[in-house]
Amino acid sequence: MRRAPYSVLGLLLIAGLATGPSQGEELKDLYFGEALYYAHQGLYFEALERLDTEVKQHDGIDEPELDSLYQHIDDADFSLGDFELRYRMHHRAGRAIKAVLEAAVDDVIRNDAAFRLASIHFQKNQITEALRALDRIDGEVPDAIRDDIDFLRANVLLAEGNPEASIGVLEQLQGSDEFGGFASYNLGIAYLESGRRQDALEQLQQAGLTATDDPAELAIRDKANLVAGTIHLEAEEFELAIPYLNRVRLDGPFSNQALLSSGWANLSSGRVERAVVPWSLLAEREVTDKATQEAMLALPYAYGKLDVHGRAAVYYGEALDAFVAEIEKLSESIESIREGKFLEALVREEIRKDKDWVIRLRSLSEAPETYYLMQLLASHDFQTGLQNYLDLADLRRKLVAWQGGFDAYDEMVAIRHDHYEPLLPDVDTEFREFDSRMRLRVEQHKMLVRRRDDLLTTPRPEFLATPEELAILARLEALELQAIANASATQRIKRLKGVLVWRLETEYHERLTEFDMNLRGLDAAMAVAQAQYDQYVRVRQAATHSYSGYEQPINRLRVHSANAIAEIDLLMARQGHLLEKAAVEELVARRSRLENFGDKARFALADSYDRATQVQARSEAP
Amino acid sequence: MLRPNTVVLLAIVALFAATTAHSQDLAGENLRSLDGQVQEIKSDVLDIASELQNLEERLLYPSGTQLSIFVAVEQTEDFRLDAVQIEINGELATHHIYSFNELEALQKGGVQRAYTGNVVTGDHELRVTVIGKSDSGEDFSESGTFAFSKGVKPKTLGITLAEPGLGSDGIQVGDW
Repeated sequence: MRRAPYSVLGLLLIAGLATGPSQGEELKDLYFGEALYYAHQGLYFEALERLDTEVKQHDGIDEPELDSLYQHIDDADFSLGDFELRYRMHHRAGRAIKAVLEAAVDDVIRNDAAFRLASIHFQKNQITEALRALDRIDGEVPDAIRDDIDFLRANVLLAEGNPEASIGVLEQLQGSDEFGGFASYNLGIAYLESGRRQDALEQLQQAGLTATDDPAELAIRDKANLVAGTIHLEAEEFELAIPYLNRVRLDGPFSNQALLSSGWANLSSGRVERAVVPWSLLAEREVTDKATQEAMLALPYAYGKLDVHGRAAVYYGEALDAFVAEIEKLSESIESIREGKFLEALVREEIRKDKDWVIRLRSLSEAPETYYLMQLLASHDFQTGLQNYLDLADLRRKLVAWQGGFDAYDEMVAIRHDHYEPLLPDVDTEFREFDSRMRLRVEQHKMLVRRRDDLLTTPRPEFLATPEELAILARLEALELQAIANASATQRIKRLKGVLVWRLETEYHERLTEFDMNLRGLDAAMAVAQAQYDQYVRVRQAATHSYSGYEQPINRLRVHSANAIAEIDLLMARQGHLLEKAAVEELVARRSRLENFGDKARFALADSYDRATQVQARSEAP
Repeated sequence: MLRPNTVVLLAIVALFAATTAHSQDLAGENLRSLDGQVQEIKSDVLDIASELQNLEERLLYPSGTQLSIFVAVEQTEDFRLDAVQIEINGELATHHIYSFNELEALQKGGVQRAYTGNVVTGDHELRVTVIGKSDSGEDFSESGTFAFSKGVKPKTLGITLAEPGLGSDGIQVGDW
């Protein structure tokens, strides 16, 4: 992909992605809420860990509609992709978002997913795929990302080398609250890319006059003015360049470059004395800045042009001293990086607590080289490498902390084992006895319940006889057999049996009621006994579960963690080496530039002294 | 949704990046080639974390005794939550002081797992004390006592906090 001479702004898109459940929807799943709690704090590893586990559990259950995540599953799947994207796991994020795209979901969710997928592809410079993802957007689009989609589409088209197509999209975005300033600048670049120089300049002029107090938009306004000024400067239209360069704020991120260019524009248009003003200002600024260093040479050059050779010599001398000092600092920094101190300073956790930590690096006293590396640190590839290095360091810290826990878990399991193992055989023996009694009672209870139920449908008074009555009845029946030949005795026995049957029949309902009441009392007692039995079984199982079955998973985790640490060490070494190499190359290039400046300053210093001396000699001549 | 004015840093970084084509070349293809491997190891470590979490839950908080307490804030509320203290049966379970980031995460709809522990089955008492500053700037401290019953399944309680004195209970506790 070819690179535009004036790059467009696209990184904002990644910051613009949304997180969370659908707006206005009540949260039903605490664990999804917990994942959001971490995500909203930027702790995406923790958020992913929680949500990934929750979604996997949800996917594994038989009746997902009964699960609390069911109502949020589309949002949860979507958030998974979002968190993975934010945690720079583009491969997984892409897969997760594609899964959402393939699912039967609302237009709003599908279009949001397509936008995110396109953002991932754009980040990875996969322009064709990004366009394909954007082309899948159809139907209702979430209001919150409507402008984001257009802004992304315009940037993708520009990156594709199709500025004409992006112009139409960017023109639509000119009124956007969110992207107005950025779209205005990008439209100017699109015109420039499509060869419409005059339109580009008019657009950049418009972007450079935007009324705003938003720091980001102020910065883009400065950028527009700087680019417009540079276009005129390169075309040697020095007079036209100056107003644009003068509009760049003196305290903005582009002020140094603007001051430098302003000086050159004035000098080139013959107004040398006016070039001195911005260069004087710039030469006093941070000495590590490229523009400042150039201004330190340009300023005495301008004084030389004004025939103020004495002052020029003084400024050349100051520049030379500063360059020598900076070269020495750069050499020390290069050495410091080679000793690994740069990466050591970067991985310190407290540095990254501030969201502007990249900018804060310049005040890192242990790594003075970072000030020289600000441009490198701001480049996308270097930042990706640096973020990966820091992520690896974080992962390593986590794994090492977890490793400390494995021994504790082993010990915990061993203590539980030693505590329960001697106790459990006796407990189990008692339990078996108790268990058989319990089973017998349960069967007896069931039999009584069955009998009660039978009696309700088929009355059997003899079943409700007391043991004493049953004994009398049995005795009477035995006597009846013995007295079969004795009519009188038989008659008496029948009367006695009749009395007994009468009592059983007449008292049947009372006895059945009493039996039923007693049985209900027994039901309650049996329920208590059953609950105690169940609780005992659970506690007994819990005792075993508290120490058995852990050895394998703990060992597996121990091995996996050790392997992961070894892999991370390898990756950190490779990643760190590449970062250090890039940093050293940058510093060597800066040192080489300063050495070149130093040589120029040395010659110019000598020349200025000569000229100053000649002037003085001429003035003292009679 | 993050607005551009909240991402000034990124904008400035982008602006710097736009001017430094050669710096990107310096970082180069090699840095990118490692990216895939870094993503893979992240995935591996996430799997380890998930398995470890599962193991810890089984080992430390068996389902028969597990009690989890979560804290959420009414999303319509704009008060400042400073701290929450939770006591179970008169014993301090947890005391948490909220950072700005944590409070913001709660206000955006996040739910904090404030406590995970073990209690026996049966009836228990939960006491929640909230300290904060009202929308009008006044300090407040409010406590509430709630009864809950622990059965044989894991118990999950959700505490929802709102600014007191606005016609609603400041502390609400419910089963989740």
